[in-house]
Amino acid sequence: MRGWGWHAITLWTLLVYGFMFLPVGVVVLLSFNASQFGSFPMTGLSGRWFVELWNNDAIMRAFRTSLILGLLTAVISTTLGVLASLALVRYRVPGRNLISTLLIAPILVPEVVLAVALLLFLNFLGLPKSFPLLLAGHVIFTLPFVVLVVQARLVSIKRDVEEAALSLGASPVQTFFEVTLPLMMPAVAAGALFAFTISFDDITGTLFWKPGGVETVPTQIFSMLRNSISPEINALGTVMIVFTVGLPLLGAAVARRLAQRGGG
Amino acid sequence: MSTVTLSKIVKRFGAFTAVHDTSLEFGEGQFVTLLGPSGCGKTTTLRMIAGLLDPSEGDILIGGRRVNDIPIHKRNLGIVFQNYALFPHKTVAENVAFGLKYRNVPKDEAARRVAEALDLVQLPQVGDRYPKALSGGQQQRIALARAIVIEPDVLLLDEPLSALDANLREDMRVELKRIQDRIGVTTVFVTHDQSEALAMSDSIVVMSNGRVEQVGAPEEVYNTPASEFVAQFLGASNILAATCTGRANGTVTLDAPVFGRLGIPAERAPQVAGAGPAKLVLRAEKLHLAARGTTDGQAASADAVVEAVDYQGQAARYFLRAGAHRFQAVNMIDGRPFAAGAEVTLHLRPQDCAALPGDPA
Repeated sequence: MRGWGWHAITLWTLLVYGFMFLPVGVVVLLSFNASQFGSFPMTGLSGRWFVELWNNDAIMRAFRTSLILGLLTAVISTTLGVLASLALVRYRVPGRNLISTLLIAPILVPEVVLAVALLLFLNFLGLPKSFPLLLAGHVIFTLPFVVLVVQARLVSIKRDVEEAALSLGASPVQTFFEVTLPLMMPAVAAGALFAFTISFDDITGTLFWKPGGVETVPTQIFSMLRNSISPEINALGTVMIVFTVGLPLLGAAVARRLAQRGGG
Repeated sequence: MSTVTLSKIVKRFGAFTAVHDTSLEFGEGQFVTLLGPSGCGKTTTLRMIAGLLDPSEGDILIGGRRVNDIPIHKRNLGIVFQNYALFPHKTVAENVAFGLKYRNVPKDEAARRVAEALDLVQLPQVGDRYPKALSGGQQQRIALARAIVIEPDVLLLDEPLSALDANLREDMRVELKRIQDRIGVTTVFVTHDQSEALAMSDSIVVMSNGRVEQVGAPEEVYNTPASEFVAQFLGASNILAATCTGRANGTVTLDAPVFGRLGIPAERAPQVAGAGPAKLVLRAEKLHLAARGTTDGQAASADAVVEAVDYQGQAARYFLRAGAHRFQAVNMIDGRPFAAGAEVTLHLRPQDCAALPGDPA
């Protein structure tokens, strides 16, 4: 028998979800609003703000910057993360617990602190802000996620599978590409996706690190909001949601397929 | 096919010595078993032959060639692991073909050899399945096929049967031996299971605490254990402190408690030189229980009381007391087993006993 308590919990759950997702839904809804203003009431359905978005050079430039930054961050972070995980899990590195903790630390440190610290460090070195340094910041930031995911997977891959490959005549490098990498591919893909999405919608660190004149999508939105709430922002928000929610979902589906085919 | 020679091998892990100065020689085509309890150094020895561990001292020779500095992937060995270690992301056929890829075998020949190997392990129809669709026993057969398809110089088996169910294990044992006979590859088999060792080997190396206790054919190791450890490890033995009164005419005479004077064949007591302290080794299977008062012409006998019975179906293990001494006996059950508390007479034929030198007084 489900009493009133059960109904109360159901209601509460719906409220929580509503609180979380309603604003997102409103943004998506308003991005199709035909009105001049980026708010209610809706005056009709229209895709004009997406077209405007497409024609807005500043936004498109920011979009390209974010995309390149995200992809580069994903590639570098994943490569470094995989190498670090291999070293930490497969080899007896002296002080590996310390190294492991230090690699994970950027998750624990508040982003603002990390952002200021890196900035001060650059100042100390006398280096100007630049795109490579922004990229470096994002890599530092996303590396822990990659390391955590890949390490967990690598631990579950038995050493004797690699030993079997070696005994059959594959060199250590061939063994890595033929056996180890395919087996940890789901984790590598997940790590890369994490890195991309985290980089794609990071704002705190980016605001501190970006050189003058370079905007990413989040900083672009931020600066646009300072003037007025343009309906373009709603459209941009919708596109962002598609990217940052849709991509990981797609990735997870692909990873599941890979895992199903390859087995645990 | 090649000989394997270990020459003065030592393996240390930090301050711990896993394998002490060990020299062994395995003949071409032989099935050699490294037998011992866990931690005795048998797996460490196997891993050194494989090239998965470097010996701290000594040389390893395969086919007369020193391989210490040759990495594992250039040693041409077939290894079968305890947990199969199949590649889960490759089909069975791809698993078996894996080693051939690195040996520049043409595609059609590789396909033929994979099919042959799958035939040999009696699983010709599973080539395009993935390993996880197979049972444990089938996976282990595929692992074996993968190891032998490359025609290795030496086949190394690291407890390949221990992950299988009891029934399956015995089937696989027969199967493994049949395949080894057929291809005639020098095989090193690691196990802690004495019945596997006795059933399969040409030669058994019994190890304990990183040292070789005895090397010999199964009957030799079983009938004439070289140490108390070997006597205890290969089937239960009762060991009694005794006194040797002399060695003459192919017989070693022992004065033992409970059973009195026994004349043991000299070849069963090679280490007992002459009069002095000795140990009598009584195999639990050779100690026969009979109703109190019965006699057996050529056997020594003693009265005993059954303290406990461990019923095992076709056989029973008895825990017995005779005077101040306790014995274990394993007898086939003929009719009805003796119950706890039964008064029995133990029969023992002297030619079934073995003797070891006693501890110096």
